[in-house]
Amino acid sequence: MNFPILSAIIFIPLIGALFILVTKGEHKNIVRSSKYVAIFSSLANFFLTIFLWYSFDTSTSEFQFVEERNWMEGFINFQLGIDGISILFILLTTFIAPICIFSGIHSIKFKLKEFLIAILVMETLMLGVFCSLDLVLFYLFFEGGLIPMFLIIGIWGGPKRVYSAFKFFLFTLLGSVLMLIAIISIYWITGTTDVMKLLDIRIPQEYQYLLWLAFFSSFAVKLPMWPFHTWLPDAHVEAPTAGSVILAAILLKMAGYGFMRFSLGLFPVASDYFTPLIFTLSVIAIIYTSLVALMQDDMKKLIAYSSVAHMGFVTIGIFSLTKQGLEGSIIQMMSHGLISAALFLCVGVVYDRLHSRMISSYGGLVNIMPKYAFVFMIFVLAALGLPGTSGFVGEFLVLVGAFQINIFVAVLASLGVILSAVYMLWLYKRVIFGKVASSEIKEMADLNKTEIYIFASLVFLTIFFGIYPEPLFNTIDISVSNLIDDYKTDLNFYLTQINN
Amino acid sequence: MQTIVYILPELFLSAAIMFLLMLGVFIKKSFKLVSLLTILSLVFAIALILNQPNEIIKIFNESYIIDRLSIFMKVLTLSFCCFVLLSSKDYVKSNNIDKIEYPIIILASTLGMILMIGAYDLIIFYLGLELQSLCLYILASFKREDEKSTEAGLKYFVLSALASGLLLYGCSLIYGFTGSTNFEIISANLDEANMGAVFGIVFIIVGLAFKVSAVPFHMWTPDVYEGSPTSVTSFFALVPKIAALSVFIRFMYVPFINVISQWQSIIIFLSIASMILGAVAAIGQSNIKRLMAYSSIGHMGYALAGIAAGTNSGIQSTIIYLVIYLVMNLGAFGCIFMMKRENIFYEDINELSGLSKNHPMLALSFLIILFSLAGIPPLAGFFAKFYVFMAVIEVKMYALAVIGLVTTVVSAFYYLRIIKIIYFDKPKRPFAKSYDWGLKISLILSSILVLIYFIYPSILVDAVSSILIY
Repeated sequence: MNFPILSAIIFIPLIGALFILVTKGEHKNIVRSSKYVAIFSSLANFFLTIFLWYSFDTSTSEFQFVEERNWMEGFINFQLGIDGISILFILLTTFIAPICIFSGIHSIKFKLKEFLIAILVMETLMLGVFCSLDLVLFYLFFEGGLIPMFLIIGIWGGPKRVYSAFKFFLFTLLGSVLMLIAIISIYWITGTTDVMKLLDIRIPQEYQYLLWLAFFSSFAVKLPMWPFHTWLPDAHVEAPTAGSVILAAILLKMAGYGFMRFSLGLFPVASDYFTPLIFTLSVIAIIYTSLVALMQDDMKKLIAYSSVAHMGFVTIGIFSLTKQGLEGSIIQMMSHGLISAALFLCVGVVYDRLHSRMISSYGGLVNIMPKYAFVFMIFVLAALGLPGTSGFVGEFLVLVGAFQINIFVAVLASLGVILSAVYMLWLYKRVIFGKVASSEIKEMADLNKTEIYIFASLVFLTIFFGIYPEPLFNTIDISVSNLIDDYKTDLNFYLTQINN
Repeated sequence: MQTIVYILPELFLSAAIMFLLMLGVFIKKSFKLVSLLTILSLVFAIALILNQPNEIIKIFNESYIIDRLSIFMKVLTLSFCCFVLLSSKDYVKSNNIDKIEYPIIILASTLGMILMIGAYDLIIFYLGLELQSLCLYILASFKREDEKSTEAGLKYFVLSALASGLLLYGCSLIYGFTGSTNFEIISANLDEANMGAVFGIVFIIVGLAFKVSAVPFHMWTPDVYEGSPTSVTSFFALVPKIAALSVFIRFMYVPFINVISQWQSIIIFLSIASMILGAVAAIGQSNIKRLMAYSSIGHMGYALAGIAAGTNSGIQSTIIYLVIYLVMNLGAFGCIFMMKRENIFYEDINELSGLSKNHPMLALSFLIILFSLAGIPPLAGFFAKFYVFMAVIEVKMYALAVIGLVTTVVSAFYYLRIIKIIYFDKPKRPFAKSYDWGLKISLILSSILVLIYFIYPSILVDAVSSILIY
């Protein structure tokens, strides 16, 4: 197929953003037309990715839809391509973006045009991350996302937005510049930054440890792993609802994707060597941040800390290097993308009405907003991994994978499942049940139409993939097996080299 | 007679300066005419330079060189001189510095820079340097009745004279120990054992570091940037840097190439010190011109990192860095020129608050330029740093690369602070909306170039790839 479908998917939102930027006329008309352009371009993109998924060949682990163009003459090509792993992230991104746009249109009260531009640019950059098959290109998209996100938090955020935006930006930038050094070093060691070639080249072992750490510094901040997670609660709390959704649903997944694609693929020896480190940090993240989440009185902060804990499962799954573990962590990322997005939207719903994120300001919502209580319940249960929701599939597989490698880690991680039930259910109890906390709550309206549609789509997917995750497994199966096989052969190669 | 052809641009510029002086003296109130003719003669000089043959030519007893490097740098100097003049027209008019001397002195200093760039001999080099420096002293104190401007001029004069003295002393040492002022003969006669000449090299590096305002010879920069009229500041921030860096490259890679181990560590030190100080010292600034001064110190640190690499790709990366730096700074100063209400120009960064509400397009271009200055992809500033660090890591200077990239994070902080004021703070009174077309053009041009550079980044690489020094 000659049609550059990946470039189209990446750049459609950007073109939409440009359209919005150049529209002129009366303020009201601009806002209206920019709404339509944003909704249209993001939905068109979503359907295009569905088509991409449909025409995706699941019987091969090769990169598909590969595009190659001259870019930096002589040493770096503009190279795109997807395999079974990246296509799911692309789907998630294009699914979440329209939701953010709807939610933004609904709740952003000023500078809506600029907000939509920022979200669309963000979508372009995120899609670029998952499609790019060149390290420099990957870095370009990975870092570029900082600009719109900084603005989204800083302009439309809460009272402490400036502090949070700065913290988010500088933390992530510091982590990433080390990755840039590693990328350039890789170029000088191997002579290429082309991921497809690099996956076949064996990087000399003595370089691997430092390079792995440099990539780790970037991904660990972005994921975030304990103890690099401190920017996340701040950023989540202050960001507007749509910003938190993007942050939780997609930005965090970029790091998980990076671990899978680059840390495992390029540095097998170092990955093997540092696995205990990852396991330790992940277990601490799961237990410690779950306990911290328990103590939060701010709903968004609670969900933010629970994200850190859930990401701990993801890293355990990835570095368990078993098929179940890896597939589990991909599913976990997908379902966390849906569930955390939905939870932040749930908080957004009540925040729009009462302008408070404090758990103590709510109570007794079940009588006043029954539909909301129902939706919220589904996502709370999904977040704690109830069988029948997608949250269960991911966590279960990760634990199965972990048990094969290290029982101790698996047992400690399973504690996280219990703890997540504790803090999520307690949150639900305090917000939904109990006495009605104040007279303002009595006037709160239940979900309106847009919100119902948004939540319905999320509920559907969460439960659908909980009951029937087969389409997901089908897509990732071969790519994951191939990833593990490559990793094992590479590792054996290096190990025999050491023994000789 | 043949040689005259090769210095036609220089001859033409000198003739233009003299003619314009006469014109200014004999015709009353001729500022507009003179500045127009200045710009025209700059454009004509660019045409003359582009017309020069595409080969290495050494004239006047091999004391003046025309090669790819000099042609590229000369065109850069002249065209950015044009842009500075265009973008500062409005400022010059409303600050009563629209005297005929103003464009003529700028033209004269540009001539000095052109001579510096082409110099292949210590004496020619020093003559060019003095011509441009003398003009710059006058320019710094051009707002005669303003205390700060006078102070800036004086400070610059005293410190720069000291640096020139050191430089000249270095030149005399080199001459004494190698027996020639010609770059190639110096190169042939220099070796590691020649301690006296090494002293000479150090003195020359000190003088040059002063010109590019590298730490620890940067003290003049913030004061002069702040004190001078903004139009002159923008000139300082852009044009002399081209000549200084080009001379830096020429010196290090032609006469001193055999003693690279002697100067390399000095340049690395200058580079690291400039990067760190440029990043840290700018954090506390509230005057935007002072802030730009520290930012330019930091940027020169990155440019020097490319020179420190000691390879052709290092030189090329420095030149690419320089070009992108110039484009970004042109835009940044364009934004500073727009901070005007009722003919008063503001310099405090807090005056920018709420720019996004009152002037959304201006705010957007400032945003793009600031993120680019911070080196965030996919903007041009990222590619500038990328090329430099490519060159640095190629020769395995990991410490330099790590320090350099960590300082970009620190410096990102103060660029973000400006963005915060523009976008997150409560709006103040709007600025005047009547923009001059020259200013508009240079601002739009630079922000669009910065924004779309990522589409085809090889364009600059192609342009500089033919510049091979050794």
